[in-house]
Amino acid sequence: MTEIAEPMQTAAPVSLHTGNAATKRLKARYAAERRFRLYGILAIVFACSMLVILLSTLLKEGTSAFFQTEVKLAVTIDAGTIDPQGTGNPAEWDRGAFQTLVSDALYKEFPEVTGRLEKRDVRGLISPVAGVRLGQMLDKDPSLVGQTIEVWLPASDGINQIVKGGIDRDLPELQRPINDQQLAWFDSLEQRGDVRSAFNTTFFTASDSNYPELAGLLGAAVGTLLTMLVTLAISLPIGVAAAVYLEEFAPKNRFTEIIEVNINNLAAVPSIVFGLLGLAVFLNFFGMPRSAPLVGGLVLGLLVLPTIIIASRAALKAVPPSIREAALGMGASKLQAVMHHVLPLAMPGIMTGTIIGMAHAVGETAPLLMIGMNAFVTSAPDSLLASSSVLPVQIFIWADKPERGFVELTSAAILVLLAFLILMNGAAIWLRKKFERRW
Amino acid sequence: MDSMTLNKPVQAAVTQPVKMSARDVKVFYGAKRALHGVNVDLYQNEVLAMIGPSGCGKSTFLRTLNRMNDTIDICRVEGKILLDGQDIYDPRLDVVQLRARVGMVFQKPNPFPKSIYENVIYGPKLHGLATRKDEFDAIVETSLKRAGLWNEVKDRLHEPGTGLSGGQQQRLCIARAVAVSPEVILMDEPCSALDPIATAHIEELIDELRESFTIAIVTHNMQQAARVSQRTAFFHLGDLVEVGDTEEIFTNPRDERTQGYITGRYG
Ligand SMILES: Nc1ncnc2c1ncn2[C@@H]1O[C@H](COP(=O)(O)OP(=O)(O)OP(=O)(O)O)[C@@H](O)[C@H]1O
Ligand SMILES: [Mg+2]
Repeated sequence: MTEIAEPMQTAAPVSLHTGNAATKRLKARYAAERRFRLYGILAIVFACSMLVILLSTLLKEGTSAFFQTEVKLAVTIDAGTIDPQGTGNPAEWDRGAFQTLVSDALYKEFPEVTGRLEKRDVRGLISPVAGVRLGQMLDKDPSLVGQTIEVWLPASDGINQIVKGGIDRDLPELQRPINDQQLAWFDSLEQRGDVRSAFNTTFFTASDSNYPELAGLLGAAVGTLLTMLVTLAISLPIGVAAAVYLEEFAPKNRFTEIIEVNINNLAAVPSIVFGLLGLAVFLNFFGMPRSAPLVGGLVLGLLVLPTIIIASRAALKAVPPSIREAALGMGASKLQAVMHHVLPLAMPGIMTGTIIGMAHAVGETAPLLMIGMNAFVTSAPDSLLASSSVLPVQIFIWADKPERGFVELTSAAILVLLAFLILMNGAAIWLRKKFERRW
Repeated sequence: MDSMTLNKPVQAAVTQPVKMSARDVKVFYGAKRALHGVNVDLYQNEVLAMIGPSGCGKSTFLRTLNRMNDTIDICRVEGKILLDGQDIYDPRLDVVQLRARVGMVFQKPNPFPKSIYENVIYGPKLHGLATRKDEFDAIVETSLKRAGLWNEVKDRLHEPGTGLSGGQQQRLCIARAVAVSPEVILMDEPCSALDPIATAHIEELIDELRESFTIAIVTHNMQQAARVSQRTAFFHLGDLVEVGDTEEIFTNPRDERTQGYITGRYG
């Protein structure tokens, strides 16, 4: 470099682009570039650390919800207690009596306990709804009636939290839901090997409940699935059709311009407004049922429509015009050119936009509250019109509950929701790759 | 500019029937007039070259011949364009049918992002010219042979057409246009994106295609116009200044604007 630069310097000693001032400018430029890179790295580090904090808090709070403390009891299924009429028909059983059976089994573990108040404390070791679990077992196998069986039943929320460390057992007695006597009883159960920590299948097989040990996500997950199906079914075809028409066929005039501006504005409308619209139109005007996945899906469909239209139009616009010309030049009609060539080429972009829109809809809470999807629903919806909840609303409801057990359920539910989103984004990437491979 | 005129046969143009003719064609883009009344005939089995400085309206005129201008909202065409004596701007005429009869090859090679095979059969499929697999196979083979591409691609018919070289892509586009057996082929600077060898290849091809088709070609390359065409039209600022036998135009132009252009004074 120097050999070449030297003779040039003798020829033009005072160049604008060499010399001290130029070197200084160069240095300043390098410094600016380094600074910019540094800002970029800092931004990424900040974003990543926020993500790590979020995920680690959720994991710390939530993973314990996937496990549940259970106590082994030898329960005698007394036919006379649960079936006072002696019909032998499970539908006639006295459901309340199952809890009595559980309590009786518990008293047998502690024969020294006799007083009424002490008995109440003993009952506090086990979930007040353990009888429901017992009932479910007997429904599956009615021949157990009359026998004494060993079953693992959920411990009470207080015990559960003490075992998992959610509540510190060294706290003063008055500050914890479990008193010293109960702790001693529980420890003796543990010494006998009658306590275990089991995977909390209830969380995935049950729906909402007032008791954290009985509450699960199934209902909300099914509700989310149904709602998303409706959302996809209305927003994808309408969105793509609107985008294709606006991009390929509509005359460019004042009117279409106004429509375009409005679509862009709709994408920025607060989601709760769509909830109000759903309330006014679908519930009040069309008289559709409250809390139904159908209505939720319609509302969310309207919500993601602008996103899908905008993404689809961008994807259509990105298809080179030479492809349209080629097709038209071959004698294809405008519609054929779009259907045969332009739309397939735009498909990956449309898919990405759609899934981003859907991911947005999955996490949407506010508009669904407006149409009553925060109802307390204890079973999974079996149709589009059945009452139902959805994941984010379930999280919202649980986050509001005072019991310690619901705190961990909330985090666990958020983890499930995040898993949902990761799955959807994974699907988006996979679909895009698959379509792109067809050049 | 002298060698190319040597091996030209003496013009036989007058004996050929007229295939297309433009009568007082005016084209407007919005309020702006891009063509001020063009009169020209295309003779059967002849190549008409259109030359002229950039922006003079060559592409505009070419696109009126198969109504590609219809796709531009603000574009309006006046005057008459006849194909075998029938007005192609007659509202009763189906534009799809017209484009099957008057095919087009564009400046930039624009194969569909599909396989070579699918590129060629797109037109025949669209117009229902064939239904069976063996018919399509035959069309693909003859079209690619006509476009001088068969030997290069016969072993990879199912690979993407966009994976070919620029010159091959352009020949694929010609094969695609030929596959529907059009009567007229319009070419808008078909070689401008190609290297000299690919260009020579396509020029040869044009000369062969002339046996079966009527061809109109826009070009900026005057040697090319001289090599491939029997007649040449010179456009200037929206006017058709002069049209005549290629040899005449290049050796003995009547208008001084033509003279100026072909001697390189402007353009
Ligand atoms: N879509 C359009 N909208 C408005 N004006 C146009 C359009 N297409 C072409 N024109 C105008 O019409 C005139 C003729 O254009 P045309 O493309 O036919 O020129 P050309 O002779 O093909 O030029 P080139 O050799 O550069 O391709 C030009 O002034 C151009 O600006
Ligand atoms: Mg042009």
